[in-house]
Amino acid sequence: MMKKLVVAIAAIVPSVLMADTVTVVTSFPKELTEAYKKAYEKKYPNDKVEILNKGTPAGMAYVREQAAGSRPEIFWASAPDAFEVLASEKLLAKVDPGVSGIPEKVGSYPINDPEGFFRGQALAGYGLMWNTRYLQAHKLPAPKEWADLVKPVYHGHVATSSPSRSGTTHLTFETILQGEGWDRGWNQILQIAGNCAAITERSFGVPDGVQNGQFGIGLVVDFFGLAAKNSGFPVEFAYPSVTAIVPANIALIAGAKTPEAGKRFVQFTLSEEGQQLLLDPKISRLPVLPATYAKAPAGYPNPFGGKIQAKVNFDSNLSESRYYVVSSLFDQVITFRHKELAAATKAIQEAEKRLGGKASKDLDEAKRLAWMPPLGEAQAKDKELLAAFKAKKGDTAAVAKKTQVEEEWNSKAKANYARAVELANAAK
Amino acid sequence: MIAAISLAIAAFLVAFLVLPVASVVYTAFATGDGGFTFSHFESFFRISLMRESFWNSLWVAGLSVAFASLIAVPLAYFTVRFRFRGALLIQTLGVLPLVMPPFVGAVAMQLLFGRSGSVNLLLNQWFGFSVPFMDGLNGVIFVETLHYFPFILLNLTVAMQNIDGAMEESAHNLGASGWRLFWRIVFPLAMPGYVAGASLVFVKVFDDLGTPLVLGVTNMLAPQAYLRITSVGIEDPIGYVISVIMVVFSVGALWMSARILKGRDYSTLQRGGTSLAKRRLTRGQAVLAYGWIGLVLLLVLSPHLGILAMSLSKVWSFSVLPEGFTLAHYETVFTQSSRMIGNTLLYCGLAAFIDVALGTAIAYIILRTRLPGRELLDWTASAALAIPGVVLAIGYLRFFRGIELPFSDSAFTATWVALMVAYAVRRLPYALRSCMAALQQLHVSLEEAAENLGATKAASIRRIVVPLMAGGMLAGFVTSFITAAVELSATIVLSSSASTAPLSYGIYLYMQSIAGRGPGSALGVIAVVIVGLGTYASYRLSNRSDPWTR
Repeated sequence: MMKKLVVAIAAIVPSVLMADTVTVVTSFPKELTEAYKKAYEKKYPNDKVEILNKGTPAGMAYVREQAAGSRPEIFWASAPDAFEVLASEKLLAKVDPGVSGIPEKVGSYPINDPEGFFRGQALAGYGLMWNTRYLQAHKLPAPKEWADLVKPVYHGHVATSSPSRSGTTHLTFETILQGEGWDRGWNQILQIAGNCAAITERSFGVPDGVQNGQFGIGLVVDFFGLAAKNSGFPVEFAYPSVTAIVPANIALIAGAKTPEAGKRFVQFTLSEEGQQLLLDPKISRLPVLPATYAKAPAGYPNPFGGKIQAKVNFDSNLSESRYYVVSSLFDQVITFRHKELAAATKAIQEAEKRLGGKASKDLDEAKRLAWMPPLGEAQAKDKELLAAFKAKKGDTAAVAKKTQVEEEWNSKAKANYARAVELANAAK
Repeated sequence: MIAAISLAIAAFLVAFLVLPVASVVYTAFATGDGGFTFSHFESFFRISLMRESFWNSLWVAGLSVAFASLIAVPLAYFTVRFRFRGALLIQTLGVLPLVMPPFVGAVAMQLLFGRSGSVNLLLNQWFGFSVPFMDGLNGVIFVETLHYFPFILLNLTVAMQNIDGAMEESAHNLGASGWRLFWRIVFPLAMPGYVAGASLVFVKVFDDLGTPLVLGVTNMLAPQAYLRITSVGIEDPIGYVISVIMVVFSVGALWMSARILKGRDYSTLQRGGTSLAKRRLTRGQAVLAYGWIGLVLLLVLSPHLGILAMSLSKVWSFSVLPEGFTLAHYETVFTQSSRMIGNTLLYCGLAAFIDVALGTAIAYIILRTRLPGRELLDWTASAALAIPGVVLAIGYLRFFRGIELPFSDSAFTATWVALMVAYAVRRLPYALRSCMAALQQLHVSLEEAAENLGATKAASIRRIVVPLMAGGMLAGFVTSFITAAVELSATIVLSSSASTAPLSYGIYLYMQSIAGRGPGSALGVIAVVIVGLGTYASYRLSNRSDPWTR
C-alpha cells in the first residue's frame, strides 16, 4: 500500500515541475474546457493545461488574491463587465491575437476590447428554449418573441433566473429594456415574471429545468439551448427579434507565471483550429471567426450571415451605468415578491377572461399596479440614485440610502400586488 | 517517548484544527485593527438575504428531523416489538441511504419527484394533480430526510432494545397499554437514543453544502458562507459570521444531546434480564408494517435507481422512464476522469492512514498511560465532529493564507495536501472510536506477559498490540476512507484545479452542465460502488476481529 502511494506521488511531482503549465480560470462547463485542453496539449505536447473551474465572481476574487508572478495565465468567461473590472484593476495584459479575419463588431457590439486587454472568443445570443414534450403535453404553442411569454396560456410554465445571480440573465433583461424602452420594457418583464413558475437561483437552473421537463420555456443563452438540442434532448431554441449578440471573452492575466504559454493558449483558441472546436454538438457556441461557419453543419446559426437580426443596438455604457439599479429592482419587486406577483398576474388574467374584453377601470388599475415598475425612467436616470447603488461597501451614507430605497421598492411592490388582486377579483 | 508522540499529535491537532477554527472565530469578531466588535453580526442580521438564509437553514434542518423521525420511529418500534422477518429488511434500510452521498442522489430525485418527474407525471395522468416535492427548500428537506433518517433509526433501535422488560410489565400491571404504554413508558425510556440520533440529523443537515448547491438552492447558510468567501473574497467578514453561527448551532445541538443523556438517569438496574416482550403480528398489523417498510424502501432506493438510470440513459426528459440506453457516459468518465478516481483513492487513503495512526496512538495514550492531560487529546480530536466542513475549509484558507508548501512554490491551500489533511482531521473521530474500541477489548495482561518475557515496550506494541488491534484499525481505516470519499463541503471550498480534484468534486463539476449530467451520474454510481464495497468490508472486518480478542 505505502509503496504504491509513494510511486503515485513520485509520478505526479515531476510532471508538474517540468512542463509549462497554462492555468485557466474559467466559468465554462467541462465539455468545453476538456475539448480545448485535449486539443491544445496535442498541438503543444510540452505544455500542460490546468483548468480552475470557478464562477465568474469567484474567479475574479481568486485572480485578485494571487501575488503577481504566480497568477494563473488565462481568464475565460462570458460576462464582459467582469473583464472590464479586471482590466481597470490592471490585472490583464495585452496580447496579440495572432490571427486575422475576426471582424471589429458583431451588429453594433465591439467583439474585442477597444484597448486590447481582452478579446471575444465566441459569440452568444439570448433567446427562448422550450421542451417540445412539455408544450405538447400541456397543449401550448411554441413561443417566438419575448412578448409571447406574457400570454395567459403560459402562466406557470416559464422560468428565468435573476440578473443579480447571473451576468447572462442581466444582459437578457437589459436587452429587453433597451429594445422596448424603460417603462414598456419593465411592463413586459413584470408580465413575463408573473407567468414564471420559478425565478431560479442560478442561471444554469433554467436550461437544466427545461431540459428535464421541470419547466416548459426558459430564457437562456443560445449555447445552453443548442447544446441540449444537439445532444438529443427534446428541446428547441429560437432567437426572438429583440436580441443582442455579445462576445464571451478570453484574456491573458498580468503577472502570470508563464505568460508565453498563456499567449500560445489565447492564440490557439482564436485560431481556425480553436474556433472549430466550438462547433462540437456538446459545446454549440458561435465562433468569432466568420470563416469557421463554412464548416458548420446545416442550420447552424450564423450571426454574421444576417440570419439572426440583432435589432437592438446594445449600449454597454448605459447598461453599465444602471447595472446595480436594474439588478436590485428586479430582485426587490420580482425575485423576493415572486409569489405575490404571480398571484396578481393570475388574478388579472382570470378577470380578463371573465370580462371577455369588456373595459373595466378596476382591471386597468390592477394592471397598472401589478405591471408598472415602482421606478420611472426619469427616476432611474437620477445621478444620486445611481451613485448610491455604485458606492463601495465602506460608504455608510450611500449604503443606508440604498437599503432604504430597496426597502421602499419591496414594500410598495407587496402592497401593489395585493391591491391588484383585490381589484382584479372585484372587476366587473 | 510517549510524551514526544503526544506532543506531536497535539501539534498536529492544534495546527490543523484548533488554530484554523480559532482564526475563523477571531475574524468574525475582529475590527480592522484587531479590536473586538459585534458589528459584523449586526450587519449580518441587517442583510435580508442573510436573515432569510438563517431561517431557511433552521427550517430545513428542523423539518428534516421531523420527517426523519416520522420514518424512523415506526421502523424502530417494529424491530423491537415484533417477531417478524421484516427486521432484516429494516436493518438493510438503515444502511442503504448512507452509501450514497446526498448530493449525488439529489439530481436523480429531481427527475423522479420534480415538477415533471416520473411521480408527478403519473399523478397528473391518473388524478390530475401534482405534489411539489422538489420545489426549492422542499427538495432539500426531502433529499436530506431520506439520507439521514438512519441515524435516528439506528440510535433509537439500540436504545429501545436496552429497555428493561420489567418496566413494561409494571406498566401493564398498573393498567397501561397500547399508545399510552408507548408514549408514557417506552418512548421516554428510549429518549436518549432518539435525541442522539435527532441531533446528529440536525447537525448534518444544517452543515450540508453539496445538496443545496446541486439543487440550485443558495438561500441557506452553508451555501452563503461558501459563496461569500469564494466570490466576495477571503476578507469578507460576513462569511466568517456565518461560519461562527454554524459552529454554534452544531456544538449547541451536540451539547444538548449530551446534556439530555447525562442529566437524567435512564439506566435500568438489571442487565441481561428480559427486554421488551416481542409479539407476533396480527394480520392487520402485518399489512401495515410491511406496507410502511415497502414504502420507505421504495423511497430510499429511488435515488440509487434514479442515478443508475441517469448514468445509463441517453435522454431522460419529461417522461416517466428514460429512453435509449448507452454505456457511453461510463466511457467518457473513464477516458476523461479516471485521474479523479485515482485522486480520491490517494487522498482518502492517505487521510485514513493518518487517522488510523493517530487514532491508535491516542487510544494507547488514553487507555494505557497515565500521561497528565491525555483526555485533552481525545476531546480535541473528537471536537472535529462538531466543526462543519465548510468552516474548517474556510479556516484553512484564512489561517494558511500566504503559507507555501515546503519544496514547492505553490500555496499550501492550493494543493491537494490541504484537502487531504482536512479529510484526515474531519474523519479522525471515526477512526479514533474504532481504535479505542479495539484496544478496550484487548486485555492488558497480554502486553504484561510479553514484557515479562523480555519484550521492550515498543516491541510489545509492535508485536502484540497492533496485530491484535488490526481488525479494529482496519475498520477505522475503511470508515474514514469511505466517508472522506464522498465528502463535498470542504472539498468544494478547497478544490481548485481540475487535475487534482477528487471524485466528489468531479461529480459536482459534471452536474453543472446539461451534457455533463450523464457522465456525472456515471461517476456517482462509481462512488456508490466504492462506498458500498467499503461499507461491506468494514462490516466484515469489525465482525472478524471479535474471535481474536476474546
